[in-house]
Amino acid sequence: MLDDGTPLFHQIAQQVADGVVAGTFAEGAQVPSTTELAALHRINPATVGKGLALLVAEDVLHKRRGLGMFVSEGARERLVLRRRADLATTYVRPLVEEARSLGLDLDDVHHLIDQLDSEGAP
Amino acid sequence: MSTTPAAATGGPAVRVRGATRRFAGAPALDDVTFDVAEHSVCGLLGRNGAGKTTLMSLLAGHDRPDAGTVEVLGEQPFENARAAGASLLVRDDQRYPDDFHLAHVLRVGPLFHPAWDAALAAEVVERFRIPSKPQVKKFSRGQRSALGILLGLASRAPLTILDEPVLGLDATARGHFGELLVREVSEHPRTVVLSTHLVDEVERVLDRVLVLDHGRLVLDAGVDEARDRAHVVLGPAEAVESATAGLRALSSRRVGGFLELVLEGPAAPATARAARAAGLQVRPAGLQELVAALGAGDAEPPATPRPAPVPSATPAPGAPR
Repeated sequence: MLDDGTPLFHQIAQQVADGVVAGTFAEGAQVPSTTELAALHRINPATVGKGLALLVAEDVLHKRRGLGMFVSEGARERLVLRRRADLATTYVRPLVEEARSLGLDLDDVHHLIDQLDSEGAP
Repeated sequence: MSTTPAAATGGPAVRVRGATRRFAGAPALDDVTFDVAEHSVCGLLGRNGAGKTTLMSLLAGHDRPDAGTVEVLGEQPFENARAAGASLLVRDDQRYPDDFHLAHVLRVGPLFHPAWDAALAAEVVERFRIPSKPQVKKFSRGQRSALGILLGLASRAPLTILDEPVLGLDATARGHFGELLVREVSEHPRTVVLSTHLVDEVERVLDRVLVLDHGRLVLDAGVDEARDRAHVVLGPAEAVESATAGLRALSSRRVGGFLELVLEGPAAPATARAARAAGLQVRPAGLQELVAALGAGDAEPPATPRPAPVPSATPAPGAPR
């Protein structure tokens, strides 16, 4: 589930953020502790801590002294807005590049998307 | 003899300055200087004969340097009872008395290690299925490693030094080791130095790496920084050569018409884009690739293309093999 493309602490941050976007970790709810995440993924706790610190810096999580890490108010919306803004570079550009390298043009790509839509894809 | 571990110093757990150790005149360890921060998990990597075991013996106080200094938790470890109580070295060829069984190890452990955790020891026995009947000296390689992990983790020594802890373990047991180690250092912070050849498997539990080659320290970096030390470019040889002209290759490997280069530093964005546009693969070097490239040294064959050996059923008499 964790791959070697990006640094591990980024992957940990990404994964917790995914949970916030998906609603697995609701706003105000506690996220798993550093120890739990470290043991679960068999990753150095300092690396996990670095990943969670990224999310604290982005105000997705906040610390409550002695209690742990909690999802901040409005975190989901902020993440969703940012991911929408990133959608073009993260997904659309690679899609278009791959399509072009296969000799397809933008009309073909549109057609594929319409086709998915008519098949009732999620 | 005091069994109280040396108190936390606030400084690095390990401080090595210019340490040199010679055996029969040849340096096994050559002017090595580094710190290991307290409560970090540090991987000691390098090829066989690079000096890893020599360095671990110095840290554990089993040996002393011919030149330079070694400090563990603020003390010189050699012939120092207080420092000896603070660290534990489990050797990859750890010896036990001839008549020892598992029960003896479980009984003796707490006598030498005041922080011994019997419940953790029992958990290790169960997870790694360490047998109680055979003598320890008759254990398989994997069973001996499991017993070493038991000693290393259950002792809760402030400095735990593990020499090849996962050698001979099956994949399930290696998974248990990763999980237990991470849980232990998280719940009971301590400093761990471990050597391994299974870099890809163990990389994730580390926060720092030291790489030795021919007795010299060739890399001392956080695992994330280590990713920026080198990148890999792979593709048709000519395209790779033109895309990387002027860059310093740490190592190279040719297979057929393909060339794989491990290059120093992170890939420059412009170079990476151009190389990808030319159909080449560009990616950060994995830790194992970096270790291999750094350890390639002068002992490796030159990276010139060589004709593939033609298998022959009837070698000429006296032909070099």
